[in-house]
Amino acid sequence: MSTGTDNIIVFDKVNKWYGNSFHVLRDIDLQVRRGERIVICGPSGSGKSTLIRCINRLEEHQEGRLIVDGTELTDDVKAIDRIRKDVGMVFQQFNLFPHLTVLENLTLSPMYVGKVPKKEAEERAMTQLKRVRIAEQAEKYPLQLSGGQQQRVAIARALCLTPKIMLFDEPTSALDPEMIKEVLDVMVELANQGITMICVTHEMGFAKAVADRVIFMDQGQIVEQNTPHEFFNNPKTDRSKDFLSKILGH
Amino acid sequence: MAETIIFQSKPARPAPNRTEGLLPWIKLNLFGTWQSALSTVIIGALLVLYVPQFLNWAIFTSTTSTNADACRAAGVGACWGAVVEKYRLIIFGRYPFEEQWRPLVATLIMLTMLVVSCIRYFWSKWLVLGWTVTLAAYFILMYGSLFGYLDVFGLSKVTTDRWGGLPLTIMLSTLSIMLAFPLAVVVALGRRSHLPAIRSLCTVYVELIRGVPLISVLFMASFMFPLFMPQGVTIDTLLRVLVGITLFAAAYMAEVVRGGLQSLPKGQTEAAASIGLSYWQTQRKIILPQALATVIPGIMNNFISIFKDTSLVTIVSLYELTGSHGLAFNSDADWRPFKLEGYLFIVAIYFVFCFAMSRYSLWIEAQVNKSKLR
Repeated sequence: MSTGTDNIIVFDKVNKWYGNSFHVLRDIDLQVRRGERIVICGPSGSGKSTLIRCINRLEEHQEGRLIVDGTELTDDVKAIDRIRKDVGMVFQQFNLFPHLTVLENLTLSPMYVGKVPKKEAEERAMTQLKRVRIAEQAEKYPLQLSGGQQQRVAIARALCLTPKIMLFDEPTSALDPEMIKEVLDVMVELANQGITMICVTHEMGFAKAVADRVIFMDQGQIVEQNTPHEFFNNPKTDRSKDFLSKILGH
Repeated sequence: MAETIIFQSKPARPAPNRTEGLLPWIKLNLFGTWQSALSTVIIGALLVLYVPQFLNWAIFTSTTSTNADACRAAGVGACWGAVVEKYRLIIFGRYPFEEQWRPLVATLIMLTMLVVSCIRYFWSKWLVLGWTVTLAAYFILMYGSLFGYLDVFGLSKVTTDRWGGLPLTIMLSTLSIMLAFPLAVVVALGRRSHLPAIRSLCTVYVELIRGVPLISVLFMASFMFPLFMPQGVTIDTLLRVLVGITLFAAAYMAEVVRGGLQSLPKGQTEAAASIGLSYWQTQRKIILPQALATVIPGIMNNFISIFKDTSLVTIVSLYELTGSHGLAFNSDADWRPFKLEGYLFIVAIYFVFCFAMSRYSLWIEAQVNKSKLR
């Protein structure tokens, strides 16, 4: 594993429990290089989402060290604020703000967090909306859009902060089958532009196309990590073989 | 070659029974089933029995004579003259008679400002300035000066114990609503705080207030509170009562607001955090606009309750609308028999305000729900 300043995210023996009994992350060690594209997969309840939600502190880890872009995540609220500006996140359920128009969803953070003047924030928002090919819906409300369109808006919203890292938490799992492609296309484009990406997904086609590394998790542990080619053609553990046979079985 | 199929049109059929128009409507809605027919007959019979009698009393045999003896004559129904004779006392209470233009102007200013505040076009930061001026004008007109300051208008001093009637009702409810609403929001947020001290404080406040009737809060504010004050320090009863109503209303409203906060999915807070919004930015821009929109009917219930609950301040000798009705009739043996006419008069006043509030609530619901329309 490479070390040094090239790593934008470093997990060092990170542990987390839900309540007193459920050990959700167990001794996670993980380094993510700047610009690296990682796909995390694994059965449900394996801790994938929890892992990436620790990176922008939507979840707190209890033991170990987690360093994002040179800043260690602790209770320091200012550090958390700084990291959140550099980390964009896309959720399974889109989580757009239904009372605001698409444009307002995008300009909110640049205006109130980034202190960008309204006009500039709107220009920036329109650029991102064009990037996800949905500029013509800017004045609509989220609930007036299809699932695929909403998720693309959510991606654009995360991009408006010009983040260094993008986290995707099962971005296509809540979508109708025919809408998955339009979202994946946007993600592939994004992946080709050099941003650091960590994506929890079961879209193995996407993993093969863009991932530098696939991480397989089970029971709160990283079981196996490898290049997509190696992982899919030559899985090393029985657990990952079993998992792959289930999701690629037909 | 395939055989050509001959098209044959279906024979025309008569249209289904008409469902529009008066007769079909009556048949469908009033006599649709035997239960509905039975209730129509019973309710109809009651209406036929009582409505003519009421109309006879209220209109046909009523008099507007301001002579109490004429009202007592046989065969005379409602004596609206009682209202004509007493309306100044009912509306303005014990406020000095020659000075009653002052509460009239003050209340008109306040009502205008209330109407203005309800119109979307005027929703801007200028409203804050508008309300500051309105409240200053109200108190200068009513009191003669701004509680000792700005005594430059040459108005005579009228202490708050002489204030009464509709101006007092409107001012008390307006101020209680304006103060209780933000307090309720803060308490509701406090009850969901991660800080145990704030959470317990807000919970204790809500539970304590909800555990006692408003009357006892008013009693405490007006009679017990002064006992705890140092010698020589007095706080105006009206102010104490205002604080009492506000604290009381805010506790109930806080629970309604909390219901709205609970109804939002956790994803909204997480999304706001993920784009870097602070706690207060999240509450102000994301959570409260959605939470309050879902509880508009409940909040408007609270507002209407506050408006009507102000009638309880009579118990501590502040004669608002209901109290001044008592003043007008109870101590006047000539007119006391016509108290009912007076009641109907203030009922009409209360109804106009409450009905306007509930209609406005429907309008504002439609406004904020626009984003939910597909």
